[in-house]
This record gives sequence, C-alpha cells and structure tokens, in this order.
Amino acid sequence: MHDTRRTVLKGVWAIGALASAVAAGLLSPGRVFAAWNKSAFEAKSTIDAMKSLGFGNAEDSKAIEIRAPDIAENGAVVPIDITSAIPGTTSISVFIEKNPFPYTGTFDVSQGALPYVHLRVKIGESSQVRVVVAAGGKHYMAAKEVKVTIGGCGG
Amino acid sequence: MADPMKIRATVQGDVADVRVLMAHPMETGQRKDAAGKIVPLHFIQTITAQLNGKTVFNADVSQAVSRNPVFAFKVKGAKAGDKLSITWQDNKGDKRADEVVIGAGS
Repeated sequence: MHDTRRTVLKGVWAIGALASAVAAGLLSPGRVFAAWNKSAFEAKSTIDAMKSLGFGNAEDSKAIEIRAPDIAENGAVVPIDITSAIPGTTSISVFIEKNPFPYTGTFDVSQGALPYVHLRVKIGESSQVRVVVAAGGKHYMAAKEVKVTIGGCGG
Repeated sequence: MADPMKIRATVQGDVADVRVLMAHPMETGQRKDAAGKIVPLHFIQTITAQLNGKTVFNADVSQAVSRNPVFAFKVKGAKAGDKLSITWQDNKGDKRADEVVIGAGS
C-alpha cells in the first residue's frame, strides 16, 4: 500500500518536472509526444486521461470548432473535423467521454501543419466529444455531444 | 505487410490538403469473433507525416479510431512536386510507409 503511494507520488513529481522542462523550452513539444502515453490511453475516465497528459487545468474556449454529426446513425464511423482558431496552437487532443477508454488521440501540428484535423472514430454510446487544444503552454477545451443510435464497439 | 495507404495531397496556395486512408482492422480488444473468443487489441498507435523528409505532423491514437482509418490534415509551406510521406506503426510493431508527390490544386 505504502509502496504504491510512493510510486504515485514519484510519478506526479516526474510529470511536474517534465512540465517545467517544457515551460523552460528545454524540450520541444514534438519531443514530448514522441512516446505513446500508455497511462493516458488506458485511463478509464476523461479526467484521469487529461491529468495524465497534464491537461488538468484546461480552460473553456469558444475558439475551438468541433464539427461532428448531432446524431450518428452508425457509431462505428463518426467523422469529426476540428479547427482551432487559438493563436500558437501546437496540438489537438480528442476524448470520447463515454467510451471505455476515452482518450482517442493527440495530433501534433506544431511542426508545420495548420491547427486542423479530420478523423473518424468509434463511439460506443451517446457521448460528449471533448477536445483539448494546447497553445503557448496553456490548454483550452471545448465539447460537442454526439448521439449514437447504433454503437461502435462490439459490432 | 499491410496494404498500401491511399494518400491524396493537393496544394492550394502554400498549404497542402492531405487525406489518407490506411488499411487496418483497428481491433478494440472488446469484439468477439464468430466462435465467441475475444479478438485481441490490434490498432495503429502512431502516425507521422514528412514533407521532403522533414516531420510536419504527428499523431498518437487509440483503438477508438475507426477501422480502415481516414485522417485529413493541412501542411504549411508546401508546393506542387514536393514529396509527402506518411508512416504508421501499430501495437504489434507492424509498420507501413508510403509516399506521394503533391499535386497542383484546382
């Protein structure tokens, strides 16, 4: 029990150190994304996944446009278009809150792409689709609800 | 070896519109086959795009991306004739890389 707590605490320190290193410009954002973030991808709630990614303090923003169907007839293929109008956008992350593992991915646009991405996802049941944008070391979020009539998981 | 990707890249001004279709089952690890056995997780984890050899777009994704994934993105500072390559890698270590020459937009 004690040992687990210790490891968790150490982990928190490591994330803190990494965040400061990024803030200090020691690491480029591209480098941070180099490792597939297993703990975030395996988190069972959006909040835990966001914490794992260091997005805990994201602010709501109206400058993120999420285009997705209001009602998806087939949850196995739901198209989503995301555009960020926030200056200095470096990455776009997607979370599907009701999926077993909400964190769906991060798109790093800091190295020469415009702050836009289109993807197609599986949505198991009606859910909020939450988007977090990183820009200038801060995080911004927006959400859109997608209602699903036939689920995308299980088949 | 996985089937080739279908990549379409056309330039408008100095921005290339890129659209890619990857052939991949994107198994969630939750689906059961006809015999009732769970089909193991098998999905693309990382995607990288390079313009003339320089990385311009990166993505880390989960099994929630649909089967035979489609992505679109926009690359700055591109012109017709530039080379655009895309690479993906899945959770079993399979990889696929394909390259196209960016076409002139309409």
